[in-house]
Formats: sequence, C-alpha cells, structure tokens
Amino acid sequence: MTQIKMHLLVCGGTGCRSSHSELVAKALNESLANHGLDAEAKVVSTGCFGFCEKGPIVKVVPDNTFYVQVNPDDAEEIVKEHVLKGRKVQRLLYLDPEKEKTVSDDRHMTFYKKQIRIALRNCGFIDPENIDEYIARDGYSALAKCLTEFTPQQVIDIIKKSGLRGRGGGGFPTGLKWEITSRVQADQKYVICNADEGDPGAFMDRSILEGDPHSVIEAMAINGYCTGASKGLVYIRAEYPLAIKRLQIAIDQARKYGLLGENIFGTGFNFDIELRYGAGAFVCGEETALIHSMEGKRGEPTFKPPFPSEHGYLGKPSNVNNVETYANVPVIILKGPEWFASIGTEKSKGTKVFALAGKVNNVGLIEVPMGITLREVIFEIGGGIKGGKEFKAVQTGGPSGGCLTARHLDTPIDYDNLLAAGSMMGSGGMIVMDEDDCMVSIAKFYLEFTVEESCGKCSPCRIGNKRLHEILEKICKGEGTMEDLEKLKNLSQVIKDTSLCGLGQTSPNPVLSTLENFWDEYVEHVVDKKCRAGVCKSLMKYTIDQEACVGCTACARACPVNAISGERKQPHTINQSICIKCGACMEKCKFNAVLLQ
Amino acid sequence: MAIIKLPECKVNQLKEICKSFNNDSGELINVLHKAQDVFGYLPAEVQEIVAKELNVSVAHVYGVVSFYSFFTMTPKGRYPISICMGTACYVRGAEKVLDEFRRELGVQVGESTPDGRHSLACLRCVGACGLAPVVMVGEKVYGRVAPEDVKGILAEYANL
Ligand SMILES: Cc1cc2nc3c(=O)[nH]c(=O)nc-3n(C[C@H](O)[C@H](O)[C@H](O)COP(=O)(O)O)c2cc1C
Ligand code: SF4
Ligand code: SF4
Repeated sequence: MTQIKMHLLVCGGTGCRSSHSELVAKALNESLANHGLDAEAKVVSTGCFGFCEKGPIVKVVPDNTFYVQVNPDDAEEIVKEHVLKGRKVQRLLYLDPEKEKTVSDDRHMTFYKKQIRIALRNCGFIDPENIDEYIARDGYSALAKCLTEFTPQQVIDIIKKSGLRGRGGGGFPTGLKWEITSRVQADQKYVICNADEGDPGAFMDRSILEGDPHSVIEAMAINGYCTGASKGLVYIRAEYPLAIKRLQIAIDQARKYGLLGENIFGTGFNFDIELRYGAGAFVCGEETALIHSMEGKRGEPTFKPPFPSEHGYLGKPSNVNNVETYANVPVIILKGPEWFASIGTEKSKGTKVFALAGKVNNVGLIEVPMGITLREVIFEIGGGIKGGKEFKAVQTGGPSGGCLTARHLDTPIDYDNLLAAGSMMGSGGMIVMDEDDCMVSIAKFYLEFTVEESCGKCSPCRIGNKRLHEILEKICKGEGTMEDLEKLKNLSQVIKDTSLCGLGQTSPNPVLSTLENFWDEYVEHVVDKKCRAGVCKSLMKYTIDQEACVGCTACARACPVNAISGERKQPHTINQSICIKCGACMEKCKFNAVLLQ
Repeated sequence: MAIIKLPECKVNQLKEICKSFNNDSGELINVLHKAQDVFGYLPAEVQEIVAKELNVSVAHVYGVVSFYSFFTMTPKGRYPISICMGTACYVRGAEKVLDEFRRELGVQVGESTPDGRHSLACLRCVGACGLAPVVMVGEKVYGRVAPEDVKGILAEYANL
C-alpha cells in the first residue's frame, strides 16, 4: 500500500460550510480519484481554522500551504498543480494586504503570528468525527494519566496551580470550583458543560465542539474523577445542529473505545455523558437557569447561594463549566500547570478565544494570550479597520459588556483590566466598530436584546430595561432631553443593584459605558438633534442639491415610495413627508446631487 | 386560536414520542423539540396531548413553550426566511436588509405571507460572522447580503 503523503484539510466549520466547503471537499475527492491519487493524498474535513473572513479555506500539509476562498471549480487545479506537480496555485494563496504579496503558508500570516492555540489546538488539524485522529494527538492520555497516576485531589491541585479561570464570563477559579464540588457529600453528582453560548456575536464554544469535541468529553471525565460524579450532561443550543451531531458522534465513539462507560482504563471509574438541548433563551446560559431548563422547566434563575456545586441538577451537587474552560484542561494535565501559568498576566493565565467580528478586515476566531493589547488584536491580527475607516470602539462581553475606545487600545486584555475599563471579558465576543456606527444605537441594540431575553422574574430587569430602551428610542428619534440622560444613568444603577441574576445585574453596562465614553454623541443627539454617524433615521434628511441635479430622473426611479418629483432635465426635489430615508436615491445618483444632512 | 383536528396517526406518533422519554416530565423540553420536528410547530392541541401524557398541567406546558423562542405556536412558511440579528450582522447593516424583506414581502417579523411561501424571523448569530450580514432561507445560507440583493433572493423561490 502506498503511504498517504499529503493531506488536504478543508474547513468544515459552520462559517465555511455556509460558503459551501463541503462541495469543495467533494470536488477535491473526485479530482484525486480521477487522477489516481487517492492513495497518496487524503481530504480531511476539519473544524474551524479561524480565518472565516476568507473562507472556504483549504490547507495542505505537510507544506502548510494556505488557500483561501476556494471554489469547487478550483479543486481540479489544486490537484493537478499542487498534488501532482508540487507547484502551489498562486492565485488561491492569501494576499497580504500590506505587502501586497502572496503568503504561501499560514505561519507567515499576521493573522496567526500572535496567536497561541491551546483550547483550539486541534481545530483545523483533525477530523472531528474520527476519534483516532484525536488520540493520535495525545487525546485521552490526560484522562489516563489522571486515573492511573493521580488522586482526585492531586488533579484538583494541578488545575488550581495552573490559575485557570472560567471562560464562560465570570472568571471564577476553576480548580476552586472543582474542589468545592468534590467536598460536598452526596450519593449522586453531576458534571455539566455549559454550551448555551447566548452572546449574539460569539461562536467560539460552537467552533470547539464542531472542531474538537473529544477534548471537552475528556475534560468532563477528568472532572467526574475529581468531583466523584459518574454522570455528565452537556446543555447545548438546539440552534447548533452541526455541533450537536459531531458531539453525539464523539460520545458514541468514546463509548465504543471504552473511554466512556464503565470501568474506564480498567480503573473502576465509571462515567458517561448525555446531551440536553436548549431552546433559545439567553438567560439559560446562567447556571441556575440552565439547571432548571435541564429539568424541563422554564429557565428562570434562582438566588445564589446555594450554588450549583452544592445544590444543582435535581438537587444534587453539580459542577458547571464552560466549553472553552473544559477544552483547556487536558493540555494543562499533560504539559503541567507551570507551563500554563507562564502564559498570560498575573491574575489571568493562559489564553482566551475571541470571535473577532464587525468592521475589521479579518473576521474570524482567534486565540490569544491574556495580556495582549486591543491594538495588537485589531490592527495586527484583525488587519485593521475595513475600508480604511476610522476605528471608533470595540465591544466586548456582549449584552453584559461595554465599549472600549481608542484610549484603551494599549490596555492589556485580561479579566481585571476589562472590568476596570467598564466592560468585561464575557464569553469572548469582540465586535469592532468604526466611524459609521452610532453609539446610542448600539446601546439601543443591546437593550432590545435584553428586553427580549429578560425572563421577567424580577421587576427591575423586566420593567427597568424596558424603560431604558424607551428612553434610548426617544433619543434616537431626536426627542430626548438632557434630563433623559440623567435618568438613563440613575435607572441603570438601580437595575444593576437590585436585579436577581447576572443578566439584569449587567444589562445596563452597554448604556453606562457608552454614556461614559461617548457622552458627546449623546449630547449631540439630544441638543443638536444630530447623529454624526448617520444611523438615526429620524435625525437625517435627504435633499437634492438644486445646482448639481441635472434631472436625469435616476433617483426618482429608484425611490421605492415615489417621494421624488421633478420634470426631466429639471432639478428634482424630495417630499420630506413621504421619504422613508432609505438612501436609494443617493446610491443611484451619478452626480452626487443627493445630500445627507 | 383556530381549532385543528390532528389526524389519529399523528396523535399516536406524539404519544410514542412521549413514551420514548418514559413520559417523564423532566424531559418536557426534549419531547417538545421532537414534537416540533414532526408538526413544524406546537399548536394548542399538541400541547394538550403532551401535558396529558407527561401528567403535568397544560399551563405548565404552555409556560415552557412560550418561554423559549425556539418553540413556535404558529406554522412557518414553506421557505422560512431568517435574518441574522447578531451584533456582527447588525453593525454590517442587517437592519436595512430586514427592512427590505419586510417591504418586499409585506409582512412583519413573526408573520407569514398569505400564500404560506415565506415566513419572516430574526435569529441571533448563526456564527458565520465572516459573511455578515447573513440571511437564511430554509437551510440555505446567503452571505454578505445587501438590500439590493433581496429581490434576487426572493425570485429564486417565486416559482417553487
Ligand atoms: C445572563 C447570563 C448568561 C450567561 N451565558 C453563558 C453562556 O452562554 N455560556 C457560558 O458558558 N456561561 C454563561 N454564563 C455564565 C454561567 O452562569 C456560569 O458562570 C459559567 O457557565 C460557569 O462556567 P465557567 O466557570 O467555566 O465560566 C452566563 C451568565 C449569565 C448571568
Ligand atoms: S435579572 Fe432579569 S433575567 Fe435575571 S431573574 Fe431577574 S428578570 Fe430574570
Ligand atoms: S431616501 Fe429613499 S425614500 Fe427618501 S427620497 Fe431617497 S429614495 Fe426616496
């Protein structure tokens, strides 16, 4: 048998699949077969490479060639040129926008240079549907090591020493949580994985489950060994069909290999995992709500304490951790806590995965060491702002977080610095905004989200957020007053102080942080009735410059509501009471005669 | 709500689903997921049968159905349209795309066209943020959608 000399890794993450990467994989396979090369080269469908901006991605190993935006039609050329003749297909290589030179392998891409991949170590390297590939990369050896060489307390001590903190948002020390759960006496305990990922704009947990499900399974089993739980549950969003499918395949394979089930590695340790599905409620990411949802109830939070570690699923002690938190565990066991603690800042160790999106050139999934600056993330890894526009703000922490500005660009990113700057780490959404974004509208966008997602159990959150949203709406319509700005501040504080759960306690953050960092912009909306970004429609007016207009009628034909009148070759005018401010006329006018005020 | 009579075989199928979860009320959400797979939505009649089979009150079932946005009590269109309203899509102009769909279809979010072809919904982050703004029609994903593309997308389904 000839040996496989070359692997063609095709990204099978949701992002690339949306641009038809499966068809690319299929075309590559067909082409290989046609040329009789299928014994020498193999196509592997992997998890996300992270460089979603330029998907579908195909990476060729061992030479690490990185092809971007590959179409099924390109398959034949890749096979004929690269696989057969060893010549790279130049036109599919990534073009470095700065140097205007193609980059032939991923190690030389600025996007990857500053990244350290721990939680994402296998994403984009292995076929997530094949347990053998995970095992070949030291998979399940951390579990074996724990079961055969360490006592549960020793494992807990390793995690404590590593300094790992929860990646689900709160940043609670993971080892300490494990210890607390392990010390509670009970006949049954549970290991729970929080894969609810509700932040709109965050997709790292999903990418881990899609690209490397076994690392989470292995870590949950290790947790079961430490805490004395024999049952694991993954609470995963029903909106993630691909992640659910791959996780289920992984669980089945692990069972078949005896890595889940009874008497694992012949040590008498029993552990198995089941899936539970979420049904689209952001608040279910909160751990007490999540547990109620798993019990088949409405996902309403309850007061803590008692914490799930003492009183969780079905009243039993339950250790809840986030997907990314778990994904770090096997590596820490294998490489040692000192290695892990050597990465990061004093109080935040290791790396964090961010979903970098919005107005940056390189949208994608990145994993960076704690302590990296926003500048490095946005301008080096992210490749700067799209279209050469001006950077305005970056939002972290999703609906619970805040906006950071140019002033924070050099702040090292870690849990404590982000909090001090009025935002938070959150689950890892990072949305970059430019001069075209109106910060009042952004605050309104998040409040809309919270109003919809508040479970309604307590009134500060249920009613208070609604009032905040109404005031913001008023301001965007140009009907706000300076008094309203004071009201926003005061009400926000009350909601933060009196809400029952984390959702209400953090929901005013987007308002408070934009008020703090973009006070001028609020004042402009209120006093000058102006939206400098041109987003708030009520504050805008389209007019036609009578001098510049040649009467070509292009605008009148484009207007969907017939608001434009005028004879041919005569200057046109816009009837303001009909205009819906869609901007179609402005786009169509070749003479720049349509003005926006 | 209009009264619909479920065919016998569907009722039995629903009872089978409940049974496959041991008629355990703790599995209510899983049962509802399966039921929605079968019926496409969860009308009052379905909720009543589930309540009876799992031995909980109809109010409890309704409370759960109405709490979670994934469950719907109105049927979807044959080619349901979902606009991603995650933050990444929002800052890249998803709202304008939504406005255009509203206008073209003449329906609001949560409604269906009279011919039952399309329903309009917002969803939160499909995770294809590199393609923002993203629109899904059924299972098909459209990326980098501009308001001008809306007509063309709808035209693909006009004769289906
Ligand atoms: C409103 C709200 C939403 C949350 N959403 C998530 C989520 O989507 N994923 C997650 O892992 N944690 C989420 N959390 C945090 C969890 O309550 C919990 O702290 C976390 O799962 C613990 O795991 P960790 O210590 O590994 O971070 C949320 C918290 C709140 C208050
Ligand atoms: S703060 Fe909001 S989400 Fe949390 S319990 Fe109260 S109403 Fe529900
Ligand atoms: S902005 Fe839109 S509605 Fe207003 S005049 Fe121009 S095309 Fe017509």
